[in-house]
Amino acid sequence: MELTGADILVECLKKEGVEFVFGYPGGAVLHIYDALYNQKGLNHILVRHEQGATHAADGYARSTDKPGVVLVTSGPGATNAVTGIATAYMDSIPMVVITGQVPTPLIGNDAFQEVDSVGITRPCVKHNFLVKDVKDLALTLKKAFYVATTGRPGPVVVDIPKDVTQHKAEFHYPEKVEMRSYNPVVRGHVGQVKRAVKLMLSAKRPMIYTGGGVILGDGSTELTELTRRLGYPITNTLMGLGAYPATDKQFVGMLGMHGTYEANMAMHHCDVLIAIGARFDDRVTGNIEKFCPTAKIVHVDIDPASISKNIKVDVPIVGCVKNVLEDMIRVLAELEQQPDREALADWWKQIEEWRETDCLKYDDSGELIKPQMVIAKLYEATNGDAYVTSDVGQHQMWAAQYYKFDKPRRWINSGGLGTMGFGLPAAMGVQFAHPEATVACVTGEGSVQMCIQELSTCLQYGLPIKIVNLNNRYLGMVRQWQQFFYDGRYSMSYMDALPDFVKLAEAYGHVGMNIERPEDVEPAFKEALGMKNRLVFMNFITDQTENVYPMIPAGAGLNEMILV
Amino acid sequence: MENEAGALSRVAGLFSARGYNIESLTVAPTEDASLSRMTLVTRGSDEILEQITKQLNKLVDVVKLLDLTEGPHIEREMMLVKVHAVGEHRHELKRLADIFRGRIVDVTPHTYTIELTGAGDKLDAFIEALAGTTILETVRSGVSGISRGEKSLRL
Ligand SMILES: Cc1ncc(C[n+]2csc(CCOP(=O)(O)OP(=O)(O)O)c2C)c(N)n1
Repeated sequence: MELTGADILVECLKKEGVEFVFGYPGGAVLHIYDALYNQKGLNHILVRHEQGATHAADGYARSTDKPGVVLVTSGPGATNAVTGIATAYMDSIPMVVITGQVPTPLIGNDAFQEVDSVGITRPCVKHNFLVKDVKDLALTLKKAFYVATTGRPGPVVVDIPKDVTQHKAEFHYPEKVEMRSYNPVVRGHVGQVKRAVKLMLSAKRPMIYTGGGVILGDGSTELTELTRRLGYPITNTLMGLGAYPATDKQFVGMLGMHGTYEANMAMHHCDVLIAIGARFDDRVTGNIEKFCPTAKIVHVDIDPASISKNIKVDVPIVGCVKNVLEDMIRVLAELEQQPDREALADWWKQIEEWRETDCLKYDDSGELIKPQMVIAKLYEATNGDAYVTSDVGQHQMWAAQYYKFDKPRRWINSGGLGTMGFGLPAAMGVQFAHPEATVACVTGEGSVQMCIQELSTCLQYGLPIKIVNLNNRYLGMVRQWQQFFYDGRYSMSYMDALPDFVKLAEAYGHVGMNIERPEDVEPAFKEALGMKNRLVFMNFITDQTENVYPMIPAGAGLNEMILV
Repeated sequence: MENEAGALSRVAGLFSARGYNIESLTVAPTEDASLSRMTLVTRGSDEILEQITKQLNKLVDVVKLLDLTEGPHIEREMMLVKVHAVGEHRHELKRLADIFRGRIVDVTPHTYTIELTGAGDKLDAFIEALAGTTILETVRSGVSGISRGEKSLRL
């Protein structure tokens, strides 16, 4: 039977098992919205800004292992989505973004609401397509999902001109698709795995460093097993938190610019570094010249281009982390050799000494609410079992440092692009995916205002998100840099004229709470979490002078931290 | 590469976004109309060239990539030069073109247009040899390359 392009699109999404489409209508996608009106099974979520749609789809994807789906109109719809597409791209999040386009005969005519969406998004997508003929639509969508979800995942944009959604074609959705120019590697080279394991076993001061790739590649179970068998210390990047249980004693905390003393010192002094699904980002390595000066490095990554990009490695393995980790466990079992227990005991002794620095301690005896304490209380109040999204700034670092994530896909933040405005819409996506779960959005008064309009979406769909606003009346992270590196010249980092967040929450139909004293923090969480079906905006008035420690200043090595 | 609209801009965009430099680039469809072949000349340290290779391979439209400089290969570029040619000078220009195995492909009372094919340095040498002649226009195709011997870049 022949279907219109719009109906074909809807059918394709259903065949892909899509549950939610996050979107916003407009002229170029009216046929598609009409097709959505006439069907059952696909849930379209109406956001309040296209950026919100992309972050929501992104949050959905990060908290599940499924791609997020977005539908926006041409022109401003597409440009509004770009920030969210770039955010997903930097963190390798699988997403399919459908953008409407002006009718094919008008393309290139500066038509109403025309932008070159394929051109604008090219540098921030894994791939993109312009569909010019309805006959190509189904196959293109199949390819889009295939490319987005395989290999190193990423967002894929499919730009569909309005006439294509109206034209008819025979509908056939291929079961499988092959692309001669796209063949992601899955299995790591067995010889390399053996070499890697031997090197790992030869270590006197080993260190395991893992990133978002372990989460995206669902390799957490295998990572935990391997790490426990070896008995080695492990650190996670900001993107990798939860891949290994943070409450386990082998976990030495996050590394990098705001990582723990013990994690960064262990990195600096290790003799064998095992990097898995991590990309040696500049926020992790600090000064490259000074990075891990004594280490031989094993690097496992699905993307060959990540290997030896910033840091030269000794044993590269290209492959899906899950498979490679399985192979490592197997090879380890086959080899007679054991780790050097004696050396390891000395190494742990050293690490424990570093740990005693207790670099995350803070003084909460004063009158003001310490932001770190709010996160610690959030952790307790949710039994460490919430999904936590965050925005970007100091609050993000505190959430990463003080909420101990024991499971993967629980910590949802924009690590690569660092997009303020991500937290609230991402929390919506997470809550849609996990309707029964506690979803907390840790944010700041600066960030939350960047997508505040989504409070309206939350009301429409009854999303009981708990917003934890660490309100320091400053663009705190900016203020911190200005304090450290610009002699306290606080240029444009003070936020004057803030809204009354309680009234704001109420205006959007939600519950708002002001929390101003340390002793009120715990009861406030109890009360807020008790409101199972309500969104609660918790506005914590925090100590504005607080900084994120430890900190590695720009240009310094991992052993050159500012502790307090 | 896939002979798709936009494939070229993906390559060009990659180079500008990552700060790599393109010395020359040629592209045209092959005998298989679904594929086009690109020869791209770039320069960089081994590490940068490795990154360029990997990043290009990541582009979904790139089907197969070969670094021709890893083995013996042939590089050819075509150039058209329009020069001022009058009087005695016309003979001299003809001789010079012959020495470089060039051909005069268009003639007017005042100009010659010379076609020349070869590796880049040969074309450079020809331009140098034209010192004293008024060059009105030059156009170069950019380098096309192919490996020597029986090895071939195929699917
Ligand atoms: C869209 C965007 N614009 C600007 C920045 C730069 N930036 C990084 S952190 C920050 C301050 C964030 O302030 P707030 O949300 O109040 O959080 P805090 O640091 O105070 O916890 C800014 C402006 C950014 N990351 N994203």
